[in-house]
Order: sequence, then structure tokens, then C-alpha cells
Amino acid sequence: MKSLLATLALTTALTLPGLAMARPLTLTTTLTNYGGDGAYLALYVTDASGAYVGSLWMAGDKSRYYEHLSDWYRATGGDTAQVNGITGASVGAGRTLEITLDLADTLFDAGYTLRIDAAVEDMRDSPNEVAVPLTTAGAGTPVTGRRYVASFAYDM
Amino acid sequence: MIRALHRWPGLVALALVTVLSLSGAALSVFPGAERIAAPQAEAGMTVATLVDRILSAYPGVEQIRRAPSGRITAYWFDQGAPGAAVINPATGQGAASADPNQTQRWLTNLHRSLFLGDGGRIAMAVGAAAMLVLALSGVLLVTRRAGGWRHWFARLRGPLAGRLHVEIARIAVVGLVLSSTTALWMTASTFDLLPVGGVPAMPVEVSGETGFAPVLMPLLVATPVAELRELSFPYPGDATDVFTLKTDRGTGYLDQGTGALLAWTDLGGWERASETIYMLHTGQGAATLGLVLGLMVLGVPAMGVTGVVVWLAGRRGRPRIRGNQPAGRAETILLVGTEGGTTWGFAATLHSALTQAGQSVHTAPMSAFAPDRYAAANRIVVLAATYGDGAAPASAKGFLDRLAAADHAPDAPLAVLGFGDRSFPAFCAFAKAVAAAAQAKGWPQFMTIGTIDRQSPQDFARWGRALGDAMGVDLELSHQPVLPLVKTLILVSRHDYGAEVQAPTAILRFALPRATLWQRLVGAGFARFDAGDLIGIMPDGSPVPRLYSLASARRDGFIEIVVKKHPGGLASSQLTALEPGQTVTAFLRRNPGFRPGRGRAPLILIGAGTGIGPLAGFVRGNARQRPVHLFFGMRHPDSDFFYGEDLRAWQDEGRLTRLVTAVSRGTKPHYVQDALRGDAAQVAQLIRDGARVMVCGGRDMAAGVADALAEILAPTGLTPAVLKTQGRYVEDVY
Repeated sequence: MKSLLATLALTTALTLPGLAMARPLTLTTTLTNYGGDGAYLALYVTDASGAYVGSLWMAGDKSRYYEHLSDWYRATGGDTAQVNGITGASVGAGRTLEITLDLADTLFDAGYTLRIDAAVEDMRDSPNEVAVPLTTAGAGTPVTGRRYVASFAYDM
Repeated sequence: MIRALHRWPGLVALALVTVLSLSGAALSVFPGAERIAAPQAEAGMTVATLVDRILSAYPGVEQIRRAPSGRITAYWFDQGAPGAAVINPATGQGAASADPNQTQRWLTNLHRSLFLGDGGRIAMAVGAAAMLVLALSGVLLVTRRAGGWRHWFARLRGPLAGRLHVEIARIAVVGLVLSSTTALWMTASTFDLLPVGGVPAMPVEVSGETGFAPVLMPLLVATPVAELRELSFPYPGDATDVFTLKTDRGTGYLDQGTGALLAWTDLGGWERASETIYMLHTGQGAATLGLVLGLMVLGVPAMGVTGVVVWLAGRRGRPRIRGNQPAGRAETILLVGTEGGTTWGFAATLHSALTQAGQSVHTAPMSAFAPDRYAAANRIVVLAATYGDGAAPASAKGFLDRLAAADHAPDAPLAVLGFGDRSFPAFCAFAKAVAAAAQAKGWPQFMTIGTIDRQSPQDFARWGRALGDAMGVDLELSHQPVLPLVKTLILVSRHDYGAEVQAPTAILRFALPRATLWQRLVGAGFARFDAGDLIGIMPDGSPVPRLYSLASARRDGFIEIVVKKHPGGLASSQLTALEPGQTVTAFLRRNPGFRPGRGRAPLILIGAGTGIGPLAGFVRGNARQRPVHLFFGMRHPDSDFFYGEDLRAWQDEGRLTRLVTAVSRGTKPHYVQDALRGDAAQVAQLIRDGARVMVCGGRDMAAGVADALAEILAPTGLTPAVLKTQGRYVEDVY
């Protein structure tokens, strides 16, 4: 499986000024063989009340399709500035997307949720494909998505 | 210029446009198939009813989509497992799998990106742009060649490849322009180069309640299924979420607790345009149009092959003009009007002599005449052959129209040189027409019109010296005409006549030489000929070929001519002395002006002596039993009744309707024109009914026939001249 490795110097709301207060995190998303074209994935974080906090990664570079990532799109109003610099190619069926980034310590064990919205051309839109609480205990535990994600895990 | 714009994108992008068109044609089938396969909603059904039915079958439904084909797909979750199906709107139940068709997906990815992502998309867009350039330049070329828009569907002449190319193109060009333009728009849209309309902002305030039945929501009740695009349900358990409805008119949000419309945005102009363009390109929502476009683009590979053949044939037929200057910078403009291409050789010689004399020269076909572009020209020289009875030859099509349409004559003065054959009455007629048109337009001529008889190098050298004098340079033109490709023909049989009337004549039949595949494709040499075409015999001891009319077509399987021995005639003596097995060197020259043409209109064939040759060929080829009336003049039936037995057999087979003979030797000389007069009533009737008259033979006979026909036609108000302009009276005279 081809994997995408990206080390991010995050410029979103999720970064904190000092990297000492952040820890590297590896996000691994493996898709099922759903039999369609490459999937668009939006990886983002919401707070305890469900409000949007910031984006981690956007797989898929044509902004005209972002409206199909409907939860992310509603939360951000489709603002591409939210994913500026953290956008990559869409992920093919059966492929794995691996991202490494530095995430602020304060986001862990504080009621934040890591979410993935997914969409594939001519197939169903899948907002809320994955929703996992960001906890230190949950790291390394793979979860399954609703429609396209075979497994998702974050490792510290 | 336009030709180059047509040629180079065509050759460079050939593979790309072939892939585009084949995959596009294959894809064009899917919208129609989907339309037929998809269960359609009954007329007038509302979205509320549809939603109600689907909800009772799939309570966990999340989204309902309707494709332009009318296919309705529902997506749901049932106990955490995702499900999707094509819905039968009558029941709300699933009717078929909603999975994308893998073949269609593969073809789509090939068609839009060659499986290469954005790079592939750009490559395919370049292909579409090439297609557009080809289509537009092709339209200009066809218009120019046909001589104007009104002749768009005019009958075509020339080798098969070129005819096929234009024949397909003039139908398919509509589809190609439409498909390539829409493709470019769609690519621009994909790469965010076009503005996009936004989705309405999420309403801030919602009722916070849940559970209002969609079947009662006023907007869903008011919206017919035919307008539905997409309906997304609120996320279960999230009271702040809403129903999202997309229709042909716009997008709106509906409160899940009250059913009220919270916000609505109409589709913007750009989105509407983009959707129309998407429909025109894909046929999604216009399946029939899609199929028609698919059929049209199927012509692209055929045009690719024929286009390459035409290009290669053109390269062979025309000598390379070395150092051709751009039209805008040349001091001397050479314009060439030629049918078969021989005049190009003269043009090349003149071009190189002028270039050596320090001139900058631009040489182009007369059909490319563009006076506005000749900014630096001091003079314009026209080298013009004549086609048929004074018509413009192929490479001069449209010249006179364009000259007539110009605001004023070019500033640079003109010299006209005509090429022709003095044995024809219309010697250099087209060149004279050009000179006359120039005079009428007030275009000054710096030399009187020159003429070249039968490609004479002496005539050409003489004219060249006159041109040099006029220009003040030394001009020595030494041109050796390039002979057409000659073949060795083997005599297989001969039939002798006329010895008793002191006119020894032979019908000579030669075996068909073998044609290469290339010659068959481009119709070169003896690969394609019809009765009435000409064969040039190269006699021993003379470089000048002698032309004879063919009495057979390629499909007859042999080459046949009728030759009368002239006292002292070099070629006729050699030919009439040939024995079977012996050979002669010859080439083929087309004579498209002397053809019976298609259709069922009666033919009146009139000939005397050896002039029977092509006429007999027409009768022999008349398998479709078109009415043919043959008037044949001879000296004596016992001596020179050429094809006598054949004609009787052809009459029995229905290939010949009537044979009228005229005998000139004897107590009461009777010529073919007398036979026509004797039959005046019927001849006049046939011509009134649309008959076509074809005359072949000596000049005196032809003149006599024309006089006789003028008399016969006088009561009808028609004249041979009128018939000639209608193309219904043609002559092959020697």
C-alpha cells in the first residue's frame, strides 16, 4: 500500500506557539475496496459541544467538491483557508493515508473529538464517517468507519 | 495558413483525439441505457410522496438523489450498516444496485484524465483544444474548397481518402465543436477557473424540535420529483441539523421540527451554464443528444486515418518549395491554380529562379488568395491551369469569388500565366477569366497574359524572360516537367476494323497493372479509373505523351482504348502495330468532367469513329439499366462498326436502351447529327425529361452535333449553352 507521509508545521488553530507543548501524532487511515474513484477525506477536530475547532488534513484538492464533505463544509462554510497548506491528493480505494503532525497537548483528554468526513464521486456522501474522542488511552486503538474507512488509528 | 492550422494539430494530437473520441463514443451509450433501465416516477408525483414511500421501506434513510436520467438512489443506515439502492418510486423499495458501473467508471477516467490525475486532465484538455482547432480550421477549408457556405454539401471530387475525410467531417463537425468546447469549459470548471455559486449559509436559528413528518412539509409537497436533485436528512439525534433540499432551481434548508423553509438560494447564472454544458457534454439528461454526439465523434478515427493519407499524398504530389517566405514579407506572391498538380512544378522552378535573383517569394495555392496579407508585395503572379471547360481547377477554388468580394483590387500589379492544351477550345480559359476579372476590378497588370501549351518548356522559358524584363532582373527558367508515374502495360488482345475503308483502327485491351495498397488507398495511378478517363501513352522516340480516352473502368478488369492509325502518327502507328504480349508505357490522367454521373436520368450518348470508346465504356458499366440512347456515326457497318456485337449483347442485357447508327459512306452520306435530327422529337423529349448529353469524337462532329441540338431544342427554349452550364451537356473532343 502506498502511504502518504506528511510532517506538518501546522498553522491552524490547533497549533500552539511552543512545540514543547505539542506532541507528534501519526494518523493512519486505511480505506475499504469500495469500488469507486478516489475518496475525499476531511480530518478535523470538534470540541465537547460539537463545535468545529480546526482542520488537520484535507485529502482532495478540488474545492468545488468540498460541499460533499457536508459536516465539515457546514462547520467551515467551505472556507479553503481552513485547509490551506494541509491539502493533499484524494485517497484511492483500499489505499492508506498516513499523516504525521504535531498536535497541542491540551487537545488530549479534554473532550475533543477527531472526525473524518468522506465522499466519493457518484457514491454516497459520508459525513461523520469516523468520530473518535482524542484521549491518550485511545491512542493506537483502530476504529472502523461507517462506509469507506476500513480502519483509523492515531498513534503518539 | 489555415491548412497548417489544420494539419499540425491533427498530426500531433492524432493519438489523443482518437482516445478521446473512442472513449467518448463508448460513454455516450450509458445515459440512454440508464434512462431505459431506471424506474421512472409517475407524472406529477411530489417529493413528499417519494420520501414517504422510501422512509417506510428504509427508516434509516440519510440521503435521496435523483439523476438527470430520472434514476432515484437512496442511501441509508440500517443498524449501523450502510445501505444504498436504486429506488422504484412507485413502491419506495430498492430495485437495483446503486454501485457505480465499473466499465463506465473506467471509461470516464480514461476519457478525462488517461488515469493520470491532473496531468492527464490537462493533456486531455489539450486534446480537446486540438479537436476544436481542427474542427474550426476544417470548416474554413471545406468552405473554401467548396467555394462558399452555400455549397457546404456540394458533391465532392478527387481520391477516396479526401472525399471520405470531408464527407464525414461535414456531418460530424457540429458534434466535434460542441463536444470540444464543452470539454474545455468542464476542465476550466474542474480547475476552479470559473466562478462558482455558493451554498446558502446554514441557518443560525432552528426550532430545536424534531419529528415533523417530511410528508407534510409544504416545500416537499410543492416540489415535483422531476425537479428533485438531492434531499439530505438531518443527522439523527442532532436537533440543530436540518433537511437540505436541492432542486433544479436552487438549494434550501428545512426545519426538522416545523417543516418550515429556513433559507433558500437560487441557482446562479454560472451554475446554470455549467449544468447545461455538463448535460450537453455527457448526455446526462439528454440521452438522445448524447448518442448523436457519440456517433459523430466515431468519425474522428476515420478522419484521422484519411487525413494522414491526404497529407502524405499531398506531400508526394507537390514539389517542395524551398525557402518559401511568409506571405506578409514576400515581394513576389506566386499563386498556383492546378487540378492534377503539374503546375506546381513550374511554380517551384519560378520560385527558385526568383529567389536566386534576390527576390523574396511566397508561393501558395490560388485558393489561399488573401490580398490583405500581402503587405510587402510588389507584384502578384498567377499560374493557372484550366479545369474542364474553363472552370477553376482544384487548387484555385474560391479565388474569383474572393477577388470579386474584395473591397478593392490589391495594390501590387498582376501577371497571369495560363497553362493548357491548344487542341481544346477552352485553351487557358480559366487564366483568361482571371485576367478579365482582374481588369474588371481595376487590378493593374504589369504583363499581358502569357500561355503555356502542353507544358512546353520553351513557352515557359520565353515567358520567364519577359517576366525578368518587366522586373528588371535576368530570369532563366529551365523547367523539365515531371512526368506522372508511368506503368508498363501488356497488350492482351486486339480487335481490328476499318482496313476496307482506309481507316485501320484497333480496339486494344491491356492487362491491369498491379496496384500497391497505397495506390488503392489514395486512388493513385491505375488503382482507380473510369471510362472517359484518359491514358497518356509515351511513344518511343518522343517525350510528349499522347492522350486516349478509356473505354473501360477499373472494375471491368482491363484497360481498353480505341486507336485509329493516323498516317505518320508516331503513337498511333506504334499502338496499332502492337501484338498481344507486347508492351507500352503509359500513365493515367483523370477526366472527371466527362462522366455520366449518378442518378436515373436518361443518357444521350453521341459519338463518331473512335469517339465510341468511352461511350461504349459507359454502356458496359450500366449494370443498373439506366436508360441510355446511343447515336453512333461510322463509315460502313461492315468495316468500322466498333463494338457492334457487344452493343447488341448490351442491348439484350438492358444496358443500352436504343442504338441509332449513321453511315457516312455510300450513296446517301448520313452523319450522326443527321441521325439526331431524324429523331428530333424524341431527343427533345428526353432532354426535357432531364437527360444528360455526352459527346465524344472529332471537333467537326462535335460542332455539327451542337448545331443539330440547337435546332432540335429551339422549340423547347433550351440551348446547348444552357445545358452546358447545368452540367447536362459535356464533350470530350479531339
